[in-house]
Amino acid sequence: MDIVIAVVSAIFLLLGGFLCVTGGVGILRFPDFYTRIHATGVTDTLGAGLILIGLMLQVPDVLVLVKLVIILLMTLFINPVATHALAQAALKSGLSPLLQSKNHKGG
Amino acid sequence: MDSLRFCNPKTIKEDNAIELLIDIVLLSFLVCIAFAIVRMKDLFAVIMLAGMYGLLSASFFVTMDAVDVAFTEASVGAGISTLLMLTTISMTGRYENTTRHRPMLALVVVFVTGSLLIYGTLDMPYFGSAQAPIQLHVAPHYINNSMSEIGIPNIVTSALASYRGFDTFGEVVVIFTAGVAVWALLMVNVQRRKNTEIDDANNSTHEQHFIVRFVAKMLIPFILLFALYVQFHGDYGPGGGFQAGVIFAAAIILYSMVFGLNTARRVISQPIVQLLTAAGVLLYGSVGIVSLLSGGNFLDYNVLSADPIAGQHLGILLIELGVGCTVASVMILIYFNFSGRKNDRELEEHKETT
Amino acid sequence: MDAGNDWAAAFFGLYNYWIVVVLMMVGFYIVIAHGNLIKKIIGLTIFQTSVFIYYISMGNVDGGTAPILADNISQYSNPLPHVLILTAIVVGIATTALGLALAIRIKESYGTIEEEIIQGMDNPG
Repeated sequence: MDIVIAVVSAIFLLLGGFLCVTGGVGILRFPDFYTRIHATGVTDTLGAGLILIGLMLQVPDVLVLVKLVIILLMTLFINPVATHALAQAALKSGLSPLLQSKNHKGG
Repeated sequence: MDSLRFCNPKTIKEDNAIELLIDIVLLSFLVCIAFAIVRMKDLFAVIMLAGMYGLLSASFFVTMDAVDVAFTEASVGAGISTLLMLTTISMTGRYENTTRHRPMLALVVVFVTGSLLIYGTLDMPYFGSAQAPIQLHVAPHYINNSMSEIGIPNIVTSALASYRGFDTFGEVVVIFTAGVAVWALLMVNVQRRKNTEIDDANNSTHEQHFIVRFVAKMLIPFILLFALYVQFHGDYGPGGGFQAGVIFAAAIILYSMVFGLNTARRVISQPIVQLLTAAGVLLYGSVGIVSLLSGGNFLDYNVLSADPIAGQHLGILLIELGVGCTVASVMILIYFNFSGRKNDRELEEHKETT
Repeated sequence: MDAGNDWAAAFFGLYNYWIVVVLMMVGFYIVIAHGNLIKKIIGLTIFQTSVFIYYISMGNVDGGTAPILADNISQYSNPLPHVLILTAIVVGIATTALGLALAIRIKESYGTIEEEIIQGMDNPG
């Protein structure tokens, strides 16, 4: 049983870590602001969420589990709102999304 | 030379290696950000980088076991200081001049000073060494005796509030003075601000951000509750008056950002905040005076109660309350004044154009 | 201990202090070479944080834990630097706010926060 939990937790952690790395790559490679905040959104919500779930499987006692659940809920609430506020602020200050790239260099 | 080094041969053990790796990565990130801050001309980006710098150094403090410090740095460095700087550049302009004041000379001075300091570090005891002079003197007393003398588990709190209560009193007075000075510099006449047109415009922009308003409204009670938990649980876990004050202020600042300064001023009136700023310092000082009058030294809590340990608990509770009060109200006062100044200037520009 | 191991020990043992020196010098450079007052304040913040990192690094003990007393733990990190830095951070933000307030007032009186221009206005000719 222990080994199963350890393996499942490791899978979650690795997947979360992988998504964080892809989010980082996304920030560097994506062409404009709106696609980049999509990349950070993935890192924040899914990457961090999977890592937290992976950690939850390994907790020694219930109190730590409750704390991790609270952190997960907070992340799920706050990160989308932060991303939304960022996008809205950018749109308001006149940054228009890049709808079609003129040349195929970026991306 | 090695005998001077208080050498524990720093062999890289397996359990140690991961911590060392995190340490090196975080510190290297800090250096990268610092260089980026030097290069950037856009102050908005610089301030965002400074916020990241604060958050990264907070993570570094966690790896160094300084949880109380990390707490404070995360809420101050990444939160309030970023916000104050953003408010400032909205008034002073976003871009800096590219002309430098004798850059070569500055570079030489910096390089020479840096080399001398690096040369100085070569005689330092190695990082993490348990035999370094700093670990041998006062700290062992705190670690070994604080439980029997003060009776609370968090050594940082007992050193902050009891052993070094006098230092902390000085720090609180400095914070109070800085708050009063900011208020004196940026005070605007509240009577003058009676332009309903601007108020309406502000209110309507605040009404547009429905999602942000909704989530903020949901979160603010929890942030306030968390601040109170940090305040009163500081004896047993990481926390205390300084952190709690900053977190409490952050909740109020979030409120006034999302719902507008005028609404926030209606909820928390500025005269009361000013009163609380002084009341915290007064509470701290009075605890000292009471202990003097009861026959002890200044800020000697043993005499506050028949049982010395109970006296210590009472004293620490009261002065942490004083610290929390002053820190929270100074931060709120500073933000109110910064943001009030900005509204006032916008109002004047509006008057000039119409 | 052979020479290579000695070097590695010195590198890992002093790395934190070297970083502190580098950060401190970056902050120092910003303060003396940049003319913009806000940038100068940010430089001071970097300088300040490098001192915090220095103190906290010195307080760390190998294998220690956070200085909150608990059963079955014998090695704690040094609590004293934590106390000093904890208060210094909050004092730091209060004084930074004072600096920013001064910058705002300077902007209102002079119309700029660039040091060179202000000096030119103060000493014409």
